[in-house]
Amino acid sequence: MSTPAGPPTAADAASTSLPGTGITVALFATCVNDTLFPGTPKAVVTVLERLGCRVVFPREQTCCGQMFTNTGYFDEALPSVRAYAKAFADYDYIVGPSGSCVGAVRDQHPMLARRTGDPGLVVASERVAARTLDLSEFLVDVLGVTDVGASFPHRVTYHPTCHSLRVTRVGDRPFRLLRAVRGLDLVDLPEAEQCCGFGGTFSLKNADVSVAMANDKADNVVSTGAEYVVAGDNSCLLNIGGVLARRRSSVTPIHLAEILASTEEAAS
Amino acid sequence: MSEQTHQRLTPAPPSGQLIDSPRFPVAAKHELGNAQQRANLRHATHTIRDKRARVVGELDNWEQLRLAGEAIKNKVLRNLPDHLVRLEASLTANGATVHWARDAAEANRIVVGLVQATGSHEVVKVKSMATQEIELNEALEDAGIAAWETDLAELIVQLGHDRPSHILVPAIHRNRTEVRDIFREEMGRYGTPAPPDLDDNPANLANAARGHLRDKFMRAKVAVSGANFAIADTGSLVVVESEGNGRMCLTLPDTLISVVGVEKVLPSFDDLEVFLQLLPRSSTAERMNPYTSIWSGRREGDGPQDVHVVLLDNGRTRALADREGRQALRCIRCSACLNICPVFEKVGGHAYGSVYPGPIGAILNPQIRGTASEVDRSLPFASTLCGACGDVCPVRIPIPELLVHLRHEVVEAKKADHGVHLPHAEPLMMRSGGWVMGDHRRLEAAQRASTLGGGLLGRFTDHLGPLPWPLSAWTSARDVPTPPTETFREWWRRVRGDDPGPAASGDTPAGHTPEETR
Repeated sequence: MSTPAGPPTAADAASTSLPGTGITVALFATCVNDTLFPGTPKAVVTVLERLGCRVVFPREQTCCGQMFTNTGYFDEALPSVRAYAKAFADYDYIVGPSGSCVGAVRDQHPMLARRTGDPGLVVASERVAARTLDLSEFLVDVLGVTDVGASFPHRVTYHPTCHSLRVTRVGDRPFRLLRAVRGLDLVDLPEAEQCCGFGGTFSLKNADVSVAMANDKADNVVSTGAEYVVAGDNSCLLNIGGVLARRRSSVTPIHLAEILASTEEAAS
Repeated sequence: MSEQTHQRLTPAPPSGQLIDSPRFPVAAKHELGNAQQRANLRHATHTIRDKRARVVGELDNWEQLRLAGEAIKNKVLRNLPDHLVRLEASLTANGATVHWARDAAEANRIVVGLVQATGSHEVVKVKSMATQEIELNEALEDAGIAAWETDLAELIVQLGHDRPSHILVPAIHRNRTEVRDIFREEMGRYGTPAPPDLDDNPANLANAARGHLRDKFMRAKVAVSGANFAIADTGSLVVVESEGNGRMCLTLPDTLISVVGVEKVLPSFDDLEVFLQLLPRSSTAERMNPYTSIWSGRREGDGPQDVHVVLLDNGRTRALADREGRQALRCIRCSACLNICPVFEKVGGHAYGSVYPGPIGAILNPQIRGTASEVDRSLPFASTLCGACGDVCPVRIPIPELLVHLRHEVVEAKKADHGVHLPHAEPLMMRSGGWVMGDHRRLEAAQRASTLGGGLLGRFTDHLGPLPWPLSAWTSARDVPTPPTETFREWWRRVRGDDPGPAASGDTPAGHTPEETR
């Protein structure tokens, strides 16, 4: 299953046997990453191109609309659903670095489209939803790769975000990818599958409960002695990292894609 | 509330009506301040959720059982009137009397009338959610009839002048020291007192409860129960329990009155095979519950000779009318969703303003009570949508999806209210946000505010502390990173050009030939 990609060499560059050769990926950056965490989609580009994929960025993309949908504003989410269906209509592989946004596209876009009674939008939404994958799914399932040639000599703990775990259901793919990273010391996070308390607008509407949950998560993260807490969703990391930063903790939040993009060359 | 001119027969619960409870965020903040309760809840929920995971993991056909449970309940809900008419006919043939109650008031009137007809001034009660829902104990109290809870946890709650905070473990918010204090203080006022030297050893606490309840069981002429299941083909009611108090109530008194929600009906006795596996493992995390009582109407010379069943609607048909929302009526009240819920674990059941707390309460209450009250409007938002509840539900209720469905209903109700309320900021923000996301050029314009702010603030700090409303809700306890000065799409355009694909020159990885989209 796992095809060691290794650090790119001259021989690799000349060969056409890279796992992604011939595959075009449309990058779904997500609005949060686009605006606040541009380093994450850049890292996706690095990883995918290292594996031989051609990466394109359809600039008509905006947002998955989840914030509107999950706050009960279905009509207000529709412009996002339409923009997504239009931006990604022509691609076989749509890949995003977010279990949550990918889950929203797959789980909610067809439902929102059906409410409009517009059969064209239903078909278009179902089509793009079926082709939308989280980065970890694309790497492991489509490219058949767990070793992406990364190196990250640090102690790391992984928080499986709720939507990657229970909506997108990425399963153990992130673990398999992390275990193949050179030098990485992966330590178990206690109560790993418990929500960090983010929950989109929950973090504002029920801020007190949200903070109490984030503090539990931060306690567990700190207890591992890890230098980095890694996840597949920057929104959750914003929440966990927000509490860690307020405590002046030395643990750094980092997206899975950024670890996978790291190489010995980049570090030196 | 009634005027308290006469002396009360049973301990008074907290004053006020549950429906008038504050909005969830307000109540939750209050509950969060109770450090002892938080410790109790954390310990109890983690213990039971770990145990549940273990016993569920023992079965290799758990998913098939869940699918079967879902299918049977869906079948019931699709043809509910037919199943209820069959149930009524078979119960009646078995010698029971069936009553129909549209709402809580009607159900309470029926039960009070039945007890008064026996001439008794007290009843013993089997733990029952339906009677908690209709607040039967207070209706009986107002009629001069004492209702004694006989389930250990319900007894703790009743003697503590408290309300249940959990469906299965009503006193989950109490620890054993608190229980000892309640027993010592209150038992003597309402019957056999606790031993004066009672300590907080669990076995001794259970013995004190046993001693207190013994008299009440022995003299009771009337019992009130609910039912976990009502079997249409055999005309049987089923109660599952752990302590045996239920068995005492169901066998000793002359009269038995069972208040049963209409959604509790199962088509056939064989269906129990599925639910008697799903329920104990999901609720008490036991392979099998210690006591399962099944009774089919009246039997000469054996058990209660006057058997009544009150079939209760109280908002259930309102939920049934919602094609999506009706899935909540599959609930078998196991509490697995409460025990797994990280929000419930923090605040406990009282914050939900209903006898049905936790994730199931957040979808059930706004359906059976409607969305007119402040608390019911806030409940669908009392979740991070983490999805843990849906995964453990033994009848596969998609709780997160239904939460979103009900959020939409609340938003629509709020929008329709605009004539009477001041315009709320949220709909305006959401409408403009939705408009921005409809076109990437608008998003890019909005992003400029973020990168400009990042450019200005980034000279001073890489993390921002307290910010003005509405972000203050975030930054009161959490920092935010200073926004970057360049968005991803700006970077892409700068480095890769305007085309969606990589520019033809330098940025393409060496040796890689761009291809057309397949």
